[in-house]
Amino acid sequence: MQNTSTQNPWRAPRLTLRFWPVFLRNLLVWRKLAIPSLVGNIAEPLMWLVAFGYGMGALVGQITVDGQPVPYILFLASGSICMSAMQAASFEALYSAFSRMHVQKTWDGILNAPVGLDDIVLAEMLWAAFKALFTVTAILGVMLVLQISQSPKLLLAWPILLGVGITFSSMALVFNAMAKGYDFFTYYFTLFLTPTMFLSGVFFPLEQLPPAVRLIADWLPLSHAVALVRPLFMDQWPVNVIGHGSVLLAYAVVSFWVALGLTRKRFGQ
Amino acid sequence: MDSLFEVAHLSKRFGDNTVVDDLSFSIAPGECLGVIGPNGAGKTTTIRMCLGLTTPDSGTITALGLQMPRDALAIKAQLGVVTQLDTLDPDFNCAENLLVYGRYFGMKDAAIQERIPALLEFASLTSKAKAKPGELSGGMKRRLSLARALVNDPRLLLLDEPTTGLDPQARHLMWERLQLLLQQGKSILLTTHFMDEAERLCSRLLVLDHGKKIAEGAPRDLIAQYLEPDVVEVFGVGALALAKSPLAALAARVEVSGETVFFYTHTATDLLNALGQYPALRTLHRPANLEDLFLKLTGRQIREDA
Repeated sequence: MQNTSTQNPWRAPRLTLRFWPVFLRNLLVWRKLAIPSLVGNIAEPLMWLVAFGYGMGALVGQITVDGQPVPYILFLASGSICMSAMQAASFEALYSAFSRMHVQKTWDGILNAPVGLDDIVLAEMLWAAFKALFTVTAILGVMLVLQISQSPKLLLAWPILLGVGITFSSMALVFNAMAKGYDFFTYYFTLFLTPTMFLSGVFFPLEQLPPAVRLIADWLPLSHAVALVRPLFMDQWPVNVIGHGSVLLAYAVVSFWVALGLTRKRFGQ
Repeated sequence: MDSLFEVAHLSKRFGDNTVVDDLSFSIAPGECLGVIGPNGAGKTTTIRMCLGLTTPDSGTITALGLQMPRDALAIKAQLGVVTQLDTLDPDFNCAENLLVYGRYFGMKDAAIQERIPALLEFASLTSKAKAKPGELSGGMKRRLSLARALVNDPRLLLLDEPTTGLDPQARHLMWERLQLLLQQGKSILLTTHFMDEAERLCSRLLVLDHGKKIAEGAPRDLIAQYLEPDVVEVFGVGALALAKSPLAALAARVEVSGETVFFYTHTATDLLNALGQYPALRTLHRPANLEDLFLKLTGRQIREDA
């Protein structure tokens, strides 16, 4: 069905505080399932960390970052925390948001109340980012206990990881808006997130990559997240903060706008 | 008459298909306006336009002195909506469903909590306050949807087929509740496929077909205007032949549908006497009703998209 008259779906976002009760709704559901959800969210990244960090770490030993030797487990921890933020946000903004939007028709119910579609999308975006933040907080806690890094600069990693959550939840909502079923998300995970995971300096330094691949890696948002977070784990200040931050921000803003436009089209608004 | 809700010259096309065609109607305070029509007549699209969820190609919608879609949120703050498909939150129990929905209207938690017991009682769900929608019957879910639509104490309710799929007990309970709301002074816009529902609840009816309004008025007036007061249905072996027999002259109008002949008449006495000659046939004599009106206006054919 084609609408003959709709407003331009690419008009400016209309974001208001009415997003808050929608965010609260998701929080209330999650509170009922927080413990199992937490186990699911942090068990896997911790297994990666332990298996690779200690297992591979014993083989690799030290790794050189910016001319400085770093234990492999520290290298891996600082990258994988960014990866966890990416995955937690993506999963929530794809599978869970799609359930609410398409399967349970939760969004349709909300739209009959005085809440606009823009605010619903904003709430979903911030909610997925919050879940990412919650997940990385738990993982950071375990890393502190394991004494992988105890730099006070880790406090700054926290807001950066929230930003990573915002970037990846915005990107995921683009694909949520286009999805006809859950199967569609498999493409996003296997064709985008998995390569991103391997090409963003999480498991090995970007310098290892052939120049052509390196070119792609430099444009992946996760590379920039890792570039910001890793020095903090090493108790150092990241360089080119504005450059890396701008790339993440650009991904977030453009993706959110596209997600909004596609969602408006989907809902005929 | 000051109308609460007014729709003027509303039209909507999807591609080449005109779904709503120059439709105008209004709802007075305290009135229940019923919209009836076959599947695909444009009922749901009309409701969606009234909610600002679908943009009309032309026409205006004015509600409570505000304009749709410009003031959509301000209008929706004073509406209650029950859609065809329940959109209840499966993860919340009944009380939580009401609380969470009230928040969408900007209501304070304390104000919602204060209303919840009365809303649950209204929906006959007090004992189910802690039950999740998955544990409720179809009728209970619909009543919870109705209670949810009342959380903001709306002046006007938009109900899209609120009793479709319910058993007679659940349907009668829903009707009782809707009548109670009308007594409290609420206004209702109701779409339905059930003619007894329309007749029981609605003070005025709108008959839609192919997106156009084809009749409008009080149920009894419409029946009197379009139909003969009496109907004699005849069925059984050989019934169809009667349609072309001299008996047809005893009725004002004769219709055949399937194996049944419908005689529409002002006085059935002569016809019934004549039918006494055919003891093998079964006859049913009854007053004309809304269903007859509906079928007369919209035809007996099944719609392709139905």
